[in-house]
Amino acid sequence: MLQLTNIHKTFNQGTINEKKALDGVNLDLKDGDFATIVGSNGAGKSTLFNAIAGGFYVEKGSILLDGEDITYRRDHQRARAIGYLFQDPMKGTAPNMTIEENLAIAYLRASTGNKNYFSRISRKDKEMFRERLALLDMDLENRMKNPVGLLSGGQRQALTLLMATIVTPKLLLLDEHTAALDPATAEKVIKLTKDIIEERNITCLMITHNMHQALELGNRTLMMDSGRIVFDVSGQERENMTVDDLLVKFKQGAGEDLDNDRILLSM
Amino acid sequence: MFITTTIVQTALEVGLIYSLVTLSLYLSFTILNVCDLSTDGCYTLGCAVAAMITIAGHPILALLAAMAAGIASGFLTAFLQTRLGIESILAGIIVNTGLYTINLVVMGLSSNVSIFGVDTVFTLWKGISSNPVWESWSKLILLAIIVAIACLAMYFFLNTKLGLSIRATGDNPAMVKSSSINTAFTITVGLCAANACTGLAGGLIAQYNKTCDINLGTGMVTIALASLVIGESIMGRKGSIIKGIIGVLVGALLYRFIVAIALRLNVPTEFFKLVSAVIVAVAIAAPRLKEYAKLKQAMRGED
Repeated sequence: MLQLTNIHKTFNQGTINEKKALDGVNLDLKDGDFATIVGSNGAGKSTLFNAIAGGFYVEKGSILLDGEDITYRRDHQRARAIGYLFQDPMKGTAPNMTIEENLAIAYLRASTGNKNYFSRISRKDKEMFRERLALLDMDLENRMKNPVGLLSGGQRQALTLLMATIVTPKLLLLDEHTAALDPATAEKVIKLTKDIIEERNITCLMITHNMHQALELGNRTLMMDSGRIVFDVSGQERENMTVDDLLVKFKQGAGEDLDNDRILLSM
Repeated sequence: MFITTTIVQTALEVGLIYSLVTLSLYLSFTILNVCDLSTDGCYTLGCAVAAMITIAGHPILALLAAMAAGIASGFLTAFLQTRLGIESILAGIIVNTGLYTINLVVMGLSSNVSIFGVDTVFTLWKGISSNPVWESWSKLILLAIIVAIACLAMYFFLNTKLGLSIRATGDNPAMVKSSSINTAFTITVGLCAANACTGLAGGLIAQYNKTCDINLGTGMVTIALASLVIGESIMGRKGSIIKGIIGVLVGALLYRFIVAIALRLNVPTEFFKLVSAVIVAVAIAAPRLKEYAKLKQAMRGED
């Protein structure tokens, strides 16, 4: 589904702050793969997502999504096929617009084929939105006329998840999307994520700092360091892997400077 | 009598024309969160274009041309901003400056043009009936109809899928990028629609005053912003679209009434620019001032 071939990105090229954020990343993600990504801060995880979503163009290499070369496709064009959730729940929704209107914007992706700019939200759309909202089990289906700004962070993130998947994306990118939520809410959003991905067989990449999650969720685990994928495990080998094994790998990958509190704490 | 019917009538008529400029800023400033400073020039452009075409004998075409001129001006501002990466405020100022020359050229390199001896939409409309009541109120009725159509069109537009995308662009740019919305496109459409309203207002004022002056638009953006914030302070900021549009009308009309009363009190018109400037500055600063007041209170409470 997603093929990254030798992609490179350097920030501040030619200056003293030059940093190779992506240093020849290769990745072949099969249809329906759900891979978790771990790695210390600055390893290039978010940069990788940004490269895939089109936040910038890579300097070298190619990006293929479902066989289509999207290396030089613009971000809003890629967004038709790629759902993207950020850590910050505020980033994914428009606060002064209602829940219904936010969903309608997300649903626009479905109707880009026929350019019906002037169509309005139909009753059928609303009914569908209501059904989908009910699945979140947060009583949002009865608050469809409320501005999203009134919702809690967890509710907003759940809504963002719904928006990213309301038209089944070819690829879903989750960038620590539960890191800003309290543990109970985070668990709920993770469960929702799991259900939606499994139910609709969505190909997904998920960044996490939680080692348990990294092994529990999905069918593949990647580890990044210094702009490269240094470890890639799936199948039986992954089944047998413990959090401790992963941490050992992590220490090897990250060298001596394992100074990320969050990783140590999540042991 | 202190306030005569004529004064009310004139205030309503001019207020309705100004409400179209306020509606324009509602779209660009409130909804799209873009500060479009080309309003002054665009208003004069609409006026100049409409004046010349009215003089040539096509009053209705003149209004359509004024709108088209507004759209072109809005497109240019949006192009500078979205395609060439010029800061939105600067893009507006650049277009505004350039429009001064364009407006002069449109007016045949004269700084003042008068419309006389030809029909305007107002005289055509007035000619429908020779009833004296109709004759005295026809202008107001025509303007009310035009503004009502503009407001309904705006309401309808902002609830279409394209309109929703435009609102999201102003509300959360971060979200829009990951929702397959092309912000360059939504900003362009938004500014074109907004400036079409400004152009139309200019066209109407040309036929209403039967004159066009190169300096007509000076300070227009501040006046419209003042009307907008007056409306917002009454109807509430960031409310629903319906509330927003009603706020536009209320604000623009109220502003004209304040002006009308002040004129009755023999305040020179030159003072109004300062008054508008103060209204805008105070209204936009109000939330911050309230915060300071609260902070002061809290600090005193601590002691």
